[in-house]
Amino acid sequence: MDLSSAKMIGAGLACIALVGAGIGIGNVFGSYLSGALRNPGAAAGQTTNLLLGFALCEATGLFGLVIALIILFT
Amino acid sequence: MALEIRPLEQFRIERFIPIHIGGLDVSYTNAALLMTIGVALITALVLLGTRQRALVPGRWQSVAEMSYEFVADMVETNVGHGGQQFLPFIFTLFMFILFANFLGMIPYSYTVTSQIVVTFALAAVVFIGVTIIGIVRHGFHFLRLFVPQGVPAPLLVLLVPIELLSYCIRPFTLSIRLFANMLAGHTMLAIFAGFAAAVGILGIFPLAIDILLVALEVLVAALQAYVFAILTCLYLSDAINLH
Repeated sequence: MDLSSAKMIGAGLACIALVGAGIGIGNVFGSYLSGALRNPGAAAGQTTNLLLGFALCEATGLFGLVIALIILFT
Repeated sequence: MALEIRPLEQFRIERFIPIHIGGLDVSYTNAALLMTIGVALITALVLLGTRQRALVPGRWQSVAEMSYEFVADMVETNVGHGGQQFLPFIFTLFMFILFANFLGMIPYSYTVTSQIVVTFALAAVVFIGVTIIGIVRHGFHFLRLFVPQGVPAPLLVLLVPIELLSYCIRPFTLSIRLFANMLAGHTMLAIFAGFAAAVGILGIFPLAIDILLVALEVLVAALQAYVFAILTCLYLSDAINLH
């Protein structure tokens, strides 16, 4: 296998990071919704934490993108 | 495929006014132009908006006051009362990233925050500043930040290096989060626009997706500015209040 095709496969494999990001984001919003439906009064106060959790989760998936770009363009 | 899709071409830096000092390339580029526009717009909004100081605010004064109160509230809830003196810094940071992200959403303009050198510079300023504030405020006690309370001693051998590592990678996570979000979003927009251009009349479907993605990107642009500011607040809170 030559280097360029190996790079393509590697960049594709780096996208597996999206599995974790998907599970994480689903978990964040799912847990927020189930909590918010049980106690709607407390829901508004937790929006900050919700968005923070969402951003932290999303970032881990994007690290995979960064790895893929590094593999492809170096 | 007849049409070649080059989704990464939008991130190319172009030199408008080449300036070379010594071995340094400090040319005035399209990124620098967008930063200048952003700073000029923020200054205009805040200065002109509050010029009249009306008791019943007009439109511009409302926007200026709302953005100020939003950030002031964020600092108050996340850092506490000791954080009010850092409000100007966090307000500047938030508004700069917000305007850079939003200006990037204009077609054919340039997203400054999609360059890792810009976001890393911002994150490094936050990291170094917060560390200096922590050391100045608490001196040697600042190291308590790396020792979690109420943990049995054998576990500390494991936990202290982890805390230290998670502290040291903060500038990287902070900068990569913003940079990768902007890069990924704008690349995705360009890829779907390329599909729309390539398949002729059927291109209305990718175009429809693209319009939805633009809405998502506007949300992400505001959200990432908010997240950057709020994480800065949390790091500052760590340095000031030590858990």
